[in-house]
Amino acid sequence: MSTKENPAQLAIIGSGPAGYTAGIYAARAQLKPLLFEGAVTAGGALMNTTEVENFPGFENGIMGPQLMQQMRGQAERFGTEFITDDVVHAELTGDIKYLKDDRGNEYWAKAVILAMGSGYRELGIPGEKELSGHGVSWCATCDGFFFREQVIAVVGGGDSAIEEATFLTRFASKVYLIHRRDKLRASKIMQARAEADPKLEFVWNTEVIEAVAKDGKLNQIKTRNTQTGAEETLGVTGLFIAIGHDPRNELVKGQVDLDSNGYVLVKPGSTATNLPGVFACGDLVDHTYRQAITAAGTGCAAALDAERWLSHS
Amino acid sequence: MGNLKVLTDATLTTEVKSASTPVIVDFWAEWCGPCKLVAPVLDEIAGEYAGKIEIMKLNIDENPVAAQNAGITSIPTMNVYVNGEVVKQIIGAKPKSALVADLAEFLN
Repeated sequence: MSTKENPAQLAIIGSGPAGYTAGIYAARAQLKPLLFEGAVTAGGALMNTTEVENFPGFENGIMGPQLMQQMRGQAERFGTEFITDDVVHAELTGDIKYLKDDRGNEYWAKAVILAMGSGYRELGIPGEKELSGHGVSWCATCDGFFFREQVIAVVGGGDSAIEEATFLTRFASKVYLIHRRDKLRASKIMQARAEADPKLEFVWNTEVIEAVAKDGKLNQIKTRNTQTGAEETLGVTGLFIAIGHDPRNELVKGQVDLDSNGYVLVKPGSTATNLPGVFACGDLVDHTYRQAITAAGTGCAAALDAERWLSHS
Repeated sequence: MGNLKVLTDATLTTEVKSASTPVIVDFWAEWCGPCKLVAPVLDEIAGEYAGKIEIMKLNIDENPVAAQNAGITSIPTMNVYVNGEVVKQIIGAKPKSALVADLAEFLN
């Protein structure tokens, strides 16, 4: 436990590949980092995935949750101290940084690494919030099970949308993949897999404009063609939303400089933010690559930057 | 920790009816990441508010009938039963403070 008079060397906020990798490097550098891993989000976005095929070193793939568990174990082995709670308040501008968790515990640290990642984006359409958990979902691995032999839809065009859609064909009798453009953003291998899947049907140039319920459960969605404006109704009992993510910057907004999309700005070729002793990494910073391995890479860089900064301050 | 009462297809209805306090049933499964993350939070709430509420668990894989009857389409879902009737439904893993706020009417 840290105090104002005797602060921790380093606090790391976030527990995806960026946060855990920062933990591994900082702990090996004897910084005894405090790592805030979240009350119910420990392990980050990969906890809700299935097989990760592109993380180097696992030639036969590895399950997302297992990969995260192993990263955590590796950080723990070198002395990272975990706090399984959310940071709800942060004061980062002073020499000593102050953090408070959801249970009201207080922490002080000389340096902080921000690795809060990103949260899923909502469509913002009528019915979406009301039917969340009643047919509308953001987690195929959590909820796919409930849509056995049913007709469902996935919205999105990136890798995560394709992954969700192909995963859902295990359960559903049919999966519509609705995308507002006429081609996917997803990687070639994911596209090829989706195109070969007989249960998957692409619906191009289309956006979902309303989720409609019957007896309190999703029953159909209304769509609009982005080219012609034509509206249609599609009978589905499940709607999985995978349209991207937004950086989780709420905690640091107003203190740390952000770009126009809300990503934390870092100095070129570095993980340093505008605040001395505050570093940022992972999807919180990266709107370009957003991969587990790039997050892990910048997490490593942030730990090295923090270590160097601490040794000079 | 982790010693909450375990419900089955056969026992859900009678258990939630015969309880003397509101019962929160956590519908979960082994393959559900968020379920595992919220489990220790529920353990903590159960301990802290013992006597005011009781938290019980139902594995939806082993007890598909009860889950289907309860209309579960997403997990974790936490149904609050008073006198055997569902009076509130909380969907998704949430931090302790958010769950306590959701359950405030039963905890005070």
